[in-house]
Amino acid sequence: MTDIHLHRDDEASKIGMWLFIFTELLLFGGLFIAYSIYRFKNPVAFHMAAEELDLSVGLINTIILLTSSATLAMAYTAVQLGKIGTSKILTSATIILAIVFLINKYFEWGAKFEHNLYPGSDYLMELSQGEILFFGLYFAMTGLHALHIIIGLILMFVVLSRLQNKTMTSDNNQLLENSGLYWHLVDIIWIFLFPLFYLIT
Amino acid sequence: MMALFIVGLSLGLAMKFELLAPGKTIMGAQDYNATFTLHGIIMIFLIVVPGLPAVFGNFFLPILIGAKDVAFPKLNLLSWWIYIVGATIAISSQFFGDGPPDTGWTFYAPYSFKTGTNMLPAVLGAFVLGFSSIVTGLNFIVTIHRLRCPGMGWFKMPLFVWSLYGTAWIQLLATPIVGITLVMVILERTLNIGFFDPALGGDPILYQHLFWIYSHPAVYIMILPAMGVISEIIPTFSQKHIFGYKAIIISTMAIAFVGYFVWGHHMFTSGMSGTALYTFSLLTFLVAIPSAIKVFNWVATLHKASINLKTPLYWALAFMFVFMVGGLSGMALGALATDVYLHDTAFVVGHFHYIVFGGTGFAFLGAMHYWFPKMYGRMYDAQWANTGLVIMFIGFNALYAPMFYLGMIGMPRRYFDYLPQFHAANILSTMGSWVMATGFFIVLINLIRSSRNGAPAEVDPWHGKTLEWTVPSPPPVLNFDEIPTLGEDDGPYEYK
Ligand code: HEM
Ligand SMILES: [Cu+2]
Repeated sequence: MTDIHLHRDDEASKIGMWLFIFTELLLFGGLFIAYSIYRFKNPVAFHMAAEELDLSVGLINTIILLTSSATLAMAYTAVQLGKIGTSKILTSATIILAIVFLINKYFEWGAKFEHNLYPGSDYLMELSQGEILFFGLYFAMTGLHALHIIIGLILMFVVLSRLQNKTMTSDNNQLLENSGLYWHLVDIIWIFLFPLFYLIT
Repeated sequence: MMALFIVGLSLGLAMKFELLAPGKTIMGAQDYNATFTLHGIIMIFLIVVPGLPAVFGNFFLPILIGAKDVAFPKLNLLSWWIYIVGATIAISSQFFGDGPPDTGWTFYAPYSFKTGTNMLPAVLGAFVLGFSSIVTGLNFIVTIHRLRCPGMGWFKMPLFVWSLYGTAWIQLLATPIVGITLVMVILERTLNIGFFDPALGGDPILYQHLFWIYSHPAVYIMILPAMGVISEIIPTFSQKHIFGYKAIIISTMAIAFVGYFVWGHHMFTSGMSGTALYTFSLLTFLVAIPSAIKVFNWVATLHKASINLKTPLYWALAFMFVFMVGGLSGMALGALATDVYLHDTAFVVGHFHYIVFGGTGFAFLGAMHYWFPKMYGRMYDAQWANTGLVIMFIGFNALYAPMFYLGMIGMPRRYFDYLPQFHAANILSTMGSWVMATGFFIVLINLIRSSRNGAPAEVDPWHGKTLEWTVPSPPPVLNFDEIPTLGEDDGPYEYK
């Protein structure tokens, strides 16, 4: 470990990012396993519980995330072409979309809390075991996903500040590419969460 | 880390002292439970899993492949700090809250979220340590892919590098599973979610599955680098090309791969379908084959070699002996009929100590004596080193061999008390623990003293052919002034 600068290796950091994405998929994988086992054991209760979720909120959030993936990919293309200004706008757009996603999530969770539906609540404890598990998984998985959104947001703010102070350029933009990869991961996980919780009723 | 190891060792000695006689000797049931929990957490999560990769991997991996540093030096530093944070959190569980954790290192549900003791920091600490392990693995994989020097093809890499490569993949692909499992336990304790709570519809057996999906591969995280070290020491002191270079590589990768599918052998008595039992048992036997291949290759390398009998080779031979005992006892546990009887007895404790302590621990000490001249630029006193080794080896066997016998006559593990008929063997075992500790401290003190005032070491004291023996002892910060190039006939084991 030295402060002498070794040569920059973009390829290496990209491989590194891909490996990290594998680990993230496996992290969620554990919860997906739990989901499938408990769904298999409690098909009816999972069905009933899923009806409680608001399909339209889920759908809106899906569209938001997909759009944000596109804007961030475009931001990367823009920076490669040297269009720093466009890249800044597109990154900011992604940030705004991500924040809107979180606001939606906040209201969605808020509504659940209002109906006394949260892990450990008296009301939930009176429901059937399958429903308890469904909501437990719902909060754990969407919660973990939201945490990843927040991490992605932080990354994008760093990208934005680098674009701002011109340390990110058309030939030094690895951070933006990696943030893009990470953001697609967040997106893909949502693409699985959405049907599992909202659509299969 | 050394300090942590000594704490862990003392806890082990305390347990053995408790078992010197039936009934309460120095501690009661609760203290005994807390002791083996902390012992397990320290030894597994803080010492054996990170040990060889962190100490020798970070130091020698770049040199062995002709690189100036790992691919992400900053990430490496980060991994170290995460380790410190994780260790601090895990150990803090001892000092506040409602008493030290008492679940054992396996944190089995439902007890881990029902017990009143202070589980949260322990589980959280293990989670954070997993992060550190992932980051190290990631760094090593990228380093090996990107930073091999010109001429260093995949099949010119030293076997220690290959073993770190296999290990890194396991770290990367298995650790996230235990990560999420530990998070689930945390959520269970704090928010009452019910993943593993039968009262809420959850299934505690699922915890065991998720835990062992990581923790069986994790035992290969512990042993693969150890095998890698042995694969370096043996050819160097045989002065000869290692026998079956490719077979060793293939067996390393085979272990890494098949090791994923055998976790069920920890759960033969937990309740699984008959098909699952047979499959896991069969796969367990399969995974033993590559380990045996390595042993045969080492023996074949020694065969008809001009052997240079030095301390590191003694360690390697000690390793081979205890590793074989451990592996064969594993076969007894991997067979269904015998495991149902032996599960949760002292036999299991004997098995994994032979492999983890005898295997990984001895390989660590072997690596220490092999690379010490390179790392410190000084030689150690071989006489004292060998004396310590012999005493430790005798103590080790006296300590753990009786556990096989005790397990077979029915002594369960994780109890502070036992029936009178187990007394004699326990006395032997406890005395063994004292002998072994004595040997260990001789080895340790010798090394510490030699690092200060040993005779200066040459560049290549053992006539090794790997790249670390071409740089000064100790190596400069960036290892090489000029990145080396390997020619056609150069290779890690090209003895003429
Ligand atoms: C020849 C290869 C091996 C076989 C067939 C094998 C088999 C087994 C089996 C069947 C068990 C479960 C016993 C029971 O609980 O009833 C077990 C436990 C264990 N093995 Fe192995 N094993 C092998 C190699 C290893 C290696 C290489 C390591 C570590 C470096 C290791 C570490 C452990 C540990 C730590 C446990 C106990 C876990 C616990 O319950 O606390 N084993 N082994
Ligand atoms: Cu195992």
